[in-house]
Amino acid sequence: MSFLSLVQTALELGLISSLTVLALFLSYSMLNVCDLSTDGCFTLGATVGAVVALSGHPYLSVLAAMAAGVLSGFITAILQTKMGVNSLLAGIIVNTALYSVNIAVMGNSSLLNMNKTDTVFTKMQSLLKGTFLSGQYKLIVALFFVILVVVFLTLFLRTRLGLAIRATGNNPDMVRSSSINPIMTTIIGLCIANSFTALSGCLLAQSQKSVNIDIGTGMVTIALASLLIGGIFVSKGKIGLRAVGAVFGAFVFRLVYTIALRFNMPAFMLKLVSSVIVVIAIATPYLKKQLPLFKRRWQHRFGKEEAECSE
Amino acid sequence: MLRVTHLSKTFNPGTVNAKLALDDLSLHVAPGDFVTIIGANGAGKSTLFNAVSGSFISDSGKILLDGADITLMPEFKRARVIGRLFQDPMRGSAPGMTIEENLALAAGRGGWLSTVSKTDKKLFRERLALLDMGLEDRMQQQVGLLSGGQRQALTLMMATFQAPKLLLLDEHTAALDPATAEKVLKLTTEIVAEKNLTCLMVTHNMQSALELGNRTVMMDRGRIIFDVSGEERAKLTVADLLEQFKIASGKALDNDRMLLT
Repeated sequence: MSFLSLVQTALELGLISSLTVLALFLSYSMLNVCDLSTDGCFTLGATVGAVVALSGHPYLSVLAAMAAGVLSGFITAILQTKMGVNSLLAGIIVNTALYSVNIAVMGNSSLLNMNKTDTVFTKMQSLLKGTFLSGQYKLIVALFFVILVVVFLTLFLRTRLGLAIRATGNNPDMVRSSSINPIMTTIIGLCIANSFTALSGCLLAQSQKSVNIDIGTGMVTIALASLLIGGIFVSKGKIGLRAVGAVFGAFVFRLVYTIALRFNMPAFMLKLVSSVIVVIAIATPYLKKQLPLFKRRWQHRFGKEEAECSE
Repeated sequence: MLRVTHLSKTFNPGTVNAKLALDDLSLHVAPGDFVTIIGANGAGKSTLFNAVSGSFISDSGKILLDGADITLMPEFKRARVIGRLFQDPMRGSAPGMTIEENLALAAGRGGWLSTVSKTDKKLFRERLALLDMGLEDRMQQQVGLLSGGQRQALTLMMATFQAPKLLLLDEHTAALDPATAEKVLKLTTEIVAEKNLTCLMVTHNMQSALELGNRTVMMDRGRIIFDVSGEERAKLTVADLLEQFKIASGKALDNDRMLLT
């Protein structure tokens, strides 16, 4: 496998999973809700998309998957805004419930095969047959959806509704005493975010021509790692730029992972690595802030200060 | 404009910590009134504001605003007609968003899917220039970069952008340094006068309680114990006010932030 094909694989997978990263960009970075239903919603998108595609509707499958994502996001949002369920717990509950739903969607099976099924990818493949782009059909489909979502997010977050969603995450106190209904902004934000997560799952399943019940396991951590990596490159600035940064983060994550695989890192390490990245990214700023305190303690215990005091 | 009748609220009812925060309180505020409210710690000043703005629903009684019954209306709906400032200058604006974005939310112009137009930007600039803090040239900067005084001035502008039917000021200058506090207070009176707003202001400064506005209300233990306006108020001194409190409540006024001058 040449370096170029390594990059291409990373780019394809990175772009497809970047849709989940963009979902978290909306729910985690903007709305300040850690949506733990992401794994289940990703799988839901994959199963719904696969079932609809198998029934002979490749284009409809994408829309159906996104609609399923909206529904899942709606339930998560209702649980935390109207039913008094803690937002983390709401995500976990929906995630658990979706496991059963996903098996039911696949018709009491935990695996579906799409080897001979028409999907958006095979459609693009036959469209590009004979042209110089014929090998890049996966990349083009993924890129198309990523651009669509980035443009949508950039425009949407500039509208009053988008601003209201950002304010809800940024200063809940302000929103509570302003004319914005935080319940509404949370519901709309989570519905949109989960539609992207489901889209991401749908595309991954169709690009690898199969879906199994574990396809989304660990997605929330992987996407969070990508989001935080993206934040290293673009931490401030315009929303559109930060969204592109999130996509770039997804690509970098995949690239590093793909290269690590080449150096014989076993594939099952993916989830451990992504967990460690998330911990490092979140803990570093915190520990940096604690550093003066550590120093002070150290000095107090072993340093000069101690000697002076005892004299 | 605002008519509060027999309003009561008990916190932690049925426990040893039960506290009657509003005790059958009635208050009628005429349109254009600027009422200053003073009282000891725990007198129920903020509780009254919370009840009026809908942070919680009262136990009994009625709240009418401009003839409409808002007793059970959710907070965000009341916020369309009630502007509110808190003591904490960080509470009224989103630090991670730009000045322009904060204003766009407060201005509430257009539908939910509308964006900030050139006309909006021009209007924002004009209004910000009135604050005389140079904010009109920093519209693309994040609000988190502003000082406490600047943020409170911005919040004041946001709360009054669409002239509210009622403006609630809850010690909104108490957390600022004296010079800034004076400036924000001056802005407040200017804006209130210019837009002819109906306004309630809690203050710990006895002097400004008498100087500002046209009516002063004293609260104690969830009730209004002294209510003065017109000529009688014009003759009052801070010493008189303290004496009045002693007579009405049977104890000396005790407020750990109270400024007597």
